[in-house]
Amino acid sequence: MIEVKGINKSFGEHHVLKNIDAQFHKGQVNIIIGQSGSGKTVLTKCMVGLHEVDSGSITYDGRDFTSMSFKDKKEIRQDIGMLFQGGALFDSMTVEANVMFPLSMFTDNTTAERKERAQFCLERVNLPNAAQLYPSELSGGMKKRVAIARAIAMNPRYLFCDEPNSGLDPKTGLVIDQLIQEITEEFDITTIVITHDMNSVIEIGENINFIYKGEKWWEGSKEEILRTDNQEVVDFVYASKFMKKVRADLAK
Amino acid sequence: MGIFLHIGRYVLWMSRVFKKPEKWSIYRQRIFEEVQNLGYASIGLVSIVSGFMGAVLTIQLAYNIDSPLIPTYTVGLGVRDSLLLEFSPTIISIILAGKIGSSIAGEIGTMRVTDQIDALDIMGVNSTNYLVGPKMIAAMICNPFIVIMSMILGIFGGYIAGILTGEVPGSMFIYGIQYWFQPFYITYALIKTVVFAVIITTVPAYFGYHAKGGALEVGKASTVSVVYSIVIVLIFNLMLTQMLLQ
Repeated sequence: MIEVKGINKSFGEHHVLKNIDAQFHKGQVNIIIGQSGSGKTVLTKCMVGLHEVDSGSITYDGRDFTSMSFKDKKEIRQDIGMLFQGGALFDSMTVEANVMFPLSMFTDNTTAERKERAQFCLERVNLPNAAQLYPSELSGGMKKRVAIARAIAMNPRYLFCDEPNSGLDPKTGLVIDQLIQEITEEFDITTIVITHDMNSVIEIGENINFIYKGEKWWEGSKEEILRTDNQEVVDFVYASKFMKKVRADLAK
Repeated sequence: MGIFLHIGRYVLWMSRVFKKPEKWSIYRQRIFEEVQNLGYASIGLVSIVSGFMGAVLTIQLAYNIDSPLIPTYTVGLGVRDSLLLEFSPTIISIILAGKIGSSIAGEIGTMRVTDQIDALDIMGVNSTNYLVGPKMIAAMICNPFIVIMSMILGIFGGYIAGILTGEVPGSMFIYGIQYWFQPFYITYALIKTVVFAVIITTVPAYFGYHAKGGALEVGKASTVSVVYSIVIVLIFNLMLTQMLLQ
């Protein structure tokens, strides 16, 4: 479980995160939603240590990440897998080398063992024949799947996904969402998905946190979010015509 | 951003370059790759520039000292000393600052704006050390060889130009390049080259690493980094010349 308590973060005069408390549970897909600019990505970057928090604490299964030494943080980071919005694959490496990269850096496995693990991860994301391709030869959805394969290569305990289906068509987005859910259950990891796509929320969301203007505004399940009367959440969830229709159907 | 803030941030950032790598075998492999990218790939350009530079120097010197009181071999001596002391170490480093500097800033800047550097950091890799260290070491290894090659090709270009234009007989040119030779000039040139190698790799890497935004900002970072690299090379050239030739 990952727990954040009283997180504050400012950039100059701009107070981006305001006293955020949240718990992200193991074996569940925890979702952070909110409008663009609400502070979702900053919160995630604070949680993985890319930004230092101004105050508050972040604990990974009871270990306080904010007060850790650089060396200890490095160890925790080897338990973290991250899926970036654009995939963040290394352009100069093949798909196989990308997936093998963390294994090469942090394990003493032989090349054969690393290749075997990379192939297992690629098969797990349904890309068994992509090993020798370069990222520039992949579609958006394939890049995301390779990024997932790289994220799970080290058997992470925590998986962060930053807008995993942005820029993808709805069908491919659904495939990625389902893959994230399957991996969360299969590897029993704590998964945090940052999104503003309501399809993802309804499809895979278990514990949903709504961030509004840098504050944790609402928390609940996907069933609860559809029936909440919190005005800011309602405005966000039912922004599209399609969702308005869903709301009307729910009301009947 | 103020220049002093840049200097402070550069010094702190450079301290991460000198940290112990996560895995020496990968670090070594990356150094070999960078020797190929930064060193081997620059040989063609440096050869062309050096050959023509030596040829032009010969013709200009011959034209300017066209006096019966000054012996012809002075042209060879002048070409040799100009190349050894200034043209090969400094001008070639400035040319390399343009060629490899923009490439380094572009590569690392693109990695920054596409989250590849964040991906390295989240994995627990010291991204500064992993990305910049091998480039710096590769340039420190390669550039002295490239500069020595530039000296040889520059003198050869001057020799050919002297013969083809009929301004300096070959025997006089060869006598001139051997006349009153100071071996310390080579040491001086190589010391400068190694210092310049650090500047022309780490300054563009610093600007690329701190790039923000998209392709436009990466392009700007690349341009700014080359300008800064050249100015810093020139400042250090003056300081080292004063220190070493005093």
